[in-house]
Amino acid sequence: MNAEELMYCPTHEWVSTTEENGETVATVGISAFAVEQLTDLVYMELPSVGNQVAAGQEFGEVESVKAVSPMYSPVSGEVIAVNDGLADQLETLNDDPYTAGWIMKVKLSGALPDNLLDFAAYQKQCAESS
Amino acid sequence: MDNQLLQTPLYQWHVDQGARMVDFANWSMPVQYQSIVQEHQATRNAVTMFDVSHMGRIRFDGPGGGELLDRLLTRSVLDMQLGQVRYSLICNHEGGILDDVLIYHLESPTGVRYFLLVVNASNRQKIVEWITAQWPDESDVEMQDRTVDTAMLAVQGPAALETLQPLFDFDISAMKYFRGKVTTQMKKPCILSRTGYTGEDGFELILKADQSLQVTQNIFAAGRAHDISPAGLGARDTLRMESAMPLYGHELNEQLNPLEAGLGFAVSFQDQAGNDRDFIGCQAIRQTKTDGVKRTRIGLQLDGKRAAREGYAIYRDGQTIGEVTSGSFSPTLQHPIAMGYVNQLDLPLGSALEVDVRGKMLPAITCQLPFYKRT
Repeated sequence: MNAEELMYCPTHEWVSTTEENGETVATVGISAFAVEQLTDLVYMELPSVGNQVAAGQEFGEVESVKAVSPMYSPVSGEVIAVNDGLADQLETLNDDPYTAGWIMKVKLSGALPDNLLDFAAYQKQCAESS
Repeated sequence: MDNQLLQTPLYQWHVDQGARMVDFANWSMPVQYQSIVQEHQATRNAVTMFDVSHMGRIRFDGPGGGELLDRLLTRSVLDMQLGQVRYSLICNHEGGILDDVLIYHLESPTGVRYFLLVVNASNRQKIVEWITAQWPDESDVEMQDRTVDTAMLAVQGPAALETLQPLFDFDISAMKYFRGKVTTQMKKPCILSRTGYTGEDGFELILKADQSLQVTQNIFAAGRAHDISPAGLGARDTLRMESAMPLYGHELNEQLNPLEAGLGFAVSFQDQAGNDRDFIGCQAIRQTKTDGVKRTRIGLQLDGKRAAREGYAIYRDGQTIGEVTSGSFSPTLQHPIAMGYVNQLDLPLGSALEVDVRGKMLPAITCQLPFYKRT
């Protein structure tokens, strides 16, 4: 996926949506900026299929040598798919965080939250924080 | 906020090297340049340089310096030879650890003998105030905090010796571990010691702040053939953890005494002549020696990737027996390691415990410290 076409949380998760069989499905991952800031990733705790996630709530965590960071869901709904192989191949997140590095797919239970940032706004936030 | 933080003389150099700067004990310090794991492995396998100028450097001049320090430190200072460096603790009257320090006994090029105390950045002000409060009435000793007008560089790793040798006109391989001397760099005094906080061979240099950039460039020029790279506080932490070296604020604090911390080797109850020493905290520590400790520092190893980190509870048979003080994934051993304190003193190595890792009980095995020892 193209980074410029994604939406972002201020907490560095990305989300994109597609329409599938009349449902809106969101794909969620973490941004290249987040991966670069974390560096030395060693572990990722993924959600399970069937879990309910809520916008702004923790859905998993990513651990680097230095620290553990929670990952917050950009959307609310039910987890319908998880990238199971990712935890054993965290280097995927360095190489391709927006396509192969997807983390979960969520069937939305409502509209997208209105606090998501577009690429330009997210880039601005990253520039100001680094 | 950044402008309120102290900066070492190498601040701009770090930024130019792409360092990520963080607030550490009120100093703006490089936590990493590229990857903590790469910097860690470069220290184990080649050579790295750390800017440790944030550490406090306090100089004591005058004939009373040895006696003053001997009363403050848990190890004897009066019997130190010139050129000797000692690891020691400073305790309060209750035997609680105020800081862990290095004390150097040195002679300047003009023949002036003095002591240099290197303290943790986070404790510098506290220690200066503590020493001032213990000042003898009739004092023939002068204390100077030299932290900001000097810099301190740690060159660490198996290639540290070959890297630094070209900068000195004497054979630095003859310098033994925990020895130091005043030598020169670019015609100005420089203290070179064979010390470090990584578990590898290495040296530390203390030099005038205004020459530290040039000397750094000289070190990198000499180290290029050995693939020298800069390393930050992140790697410094994982390196010291593998070597089971305590860090103040984690394994050491004012509520712990040296025997609980497993630092009995850093307490000399007697001087070389066999007479009982009288240092601050000695009565309390002697009492602990008689009564026995109530907790002890242990090492843990875990399977998988998730680390047991500071503050996590340690369980045995479903009962809390202590807490983790430091923990990380070990880049050298490729599994998580942790240190902590437990109230069970008789745990054999290999005991099966559990750590509460954010709500999930993970198995942990007690193991020998240090986790890593260089061959």
